[in-house]
Amino acid sequence: MPERIDPLRRLGRGMVNGVWRLGFASRFLFAILMFSGASFRRLHLTLREVFVSGVLSLLIILVSGLFVGLVLGLQGYETLQRYGSTEALGVLVALSLTRELGPVVAALLFASRAGSSVTAEIGLMKATEQLKAMDMMAVNPIARVVAPRFWGGVISMPLLAALFSAMGVLGGWLIGVVFIGVDDGAFWSQMQASVDFRYDVWNGVVKSFVFGVAVSLIAVFEGYDSVPTAEGVSRAITRTVVTSALAILALDFVLTSFMFRGTS
Amino acid sequence: MPADNLVDIEDLHFTYDGRPVLQGIDMKIPRGKVVAIMGGSGCGKTTLLRCIGGQLKATRGEIRLGEHRISQMGHAELYRVRRKMGMLFQFGALFTDISVFDNVAFPLREHTDLSESMIRDLVLMKLEAVGLRGAHRLMPNELSGGMARRVALARAVALDPLLIMYDEPFTGLDPIALGVIGQLIRKLNDALGATSIMVTHDVQESLLIVDYIYFVAEGRIVAQGTPDEIRASRHPFVHQFVHAEVDGPVRFDYPAPKARDEFLGAARA
Repeated sequence: MPERIDPLRRLGRGMVNGVWRLGFASRFLFAILMFSGASFRRLHLTLREVFVSGVLSLLIILVSGLFVGLVLGLQGYETLQRYGSTEALGVLVALSLTRELGPVVAALLFASRAGSSVTAEIGLMKATEQLKAMDMMAVNPIARVVAPRFWGGVISMPLLAALFSAMGVLGGWLIGVVFIGVDDGAFWSQMQASVDFRYDVWNGVVKSFVFGVAVSLIAVFEGYDSVPTAEGVSRAITRTVVTSALAILALDFVLTSFMFRGTS
Repeated sequence: MPADNLVDIEDLHFTYDGRPVLQGIDMKIPRGKVVAIMGGSGCGKTTLLRCIGGQLKATRGEIRLGEHRISQMGHAELYRVRRKMGMLFQFGALFTDISVFDNVAFPLREHTDLSESMIRDLVLMKLEAVGLRGAHRLMPNELSGGMARRVALARAVALDPLLIMYDEPFTGLDPIALGVIGQLIRKLNDALGATSIMVTHDVQESLLIVDYIYFVAEGRIVAQGTPDEIRASRHPFVHQFVHAEVDGPVRFDYPAPKARDEFLGAARA
């Protein structure tokens, strides 16, 4: 009998642990919001994290954005020319990037580049008792270490997604207009006429803000909750990247289903 | 022991995961004294220190720091009281992303409105006290173990605390660094008019610098006394500990079922 009960018990324990961690993460978010005052009163703490998470991620975001735009330009042109509407290439590239690829791919890259490093930093601070030392000095580690990193990520994410989309549009223009010869005026004018600021661009910004909250929360939570050993921190980093990727894709589906229903 | 105690612990119990770690600790730490808490690894002495610092909540009993009741404090009140405490962690726990200077300046910048020039003077004075004024520009990864411990000590006393707590301050140090840290603990305590609690299992160094010693085993105080009383003690636990003897009441093996049952039981199954 024990052989048949054990997997069931493991499943139950796994589910209870999962729900418990979700609850803990929610309480953790509440604590971050409660102790966020210092992040804005002492703005240099948050700005430092915007630099570490945002500015230092610029290279990978800009280069990736350019390549995604180049590929979109090629694939889009190949498809559109079958229907004789290659002048709509600008619209295709811009809508793909502002609505979906910009926020989603930038968030995936951000989770791998900045999220993992935030988890590692907080996890190692925990493992080397730096967080406990701070707590004993009557300095709240959530206010001093966690909240600035959380807000640094939340602020950086929409800006990085916007830059990713801008580079992508540039990449699409390079391929379509400069190399293939699509009409320059048609490329930009159709884009201007068809891309709505509120419906397309603003919804993309909202998406990237939500992804920024999700990735930053996962990154700081996994670091703070990591087992304080070398293996524990390494597992926490892995969980940050995997959970962030799944959360981004799942949230993207939910947000898209609410935002874009073909009414425009 | 005189009646003017900074820390007063009565009937302290602490249970972790259903396992009793501390069982009825009564302890008094007089003002101005250096008191050691000794015992083997895993006997509960670090847990006791964490309870005094308010990092762990006692399951039962009372801890008083002056007029403050640590065991019943809320978060905000505890943080106010912790400004009067300094703690040296086992391996220093320096912030690795900032310099030695910024580490020592950290509590001053967080808790005071002093100007940068004033902070600079105070930090250099604290570093001078531990003999590391010349190292203020170094990063923590450029320090030896003993130096890191001394920087952490300078940081712990940055706000001139009433109570300084040391968690295994001698672990992993060479004999010279060990002697230096020991002397610093004594001198800083006397110079600042502070009170110190030191958790350690380094008997010989501690006997040279402390005023009083408590021995803890399996979560209980099993012996106590001044260094002279401890040296002369015939208590089996104290004797075994002070003379580092293999045979005695301190168990070396982790509790386990009888070997016969375990080996033969496994063979039968």
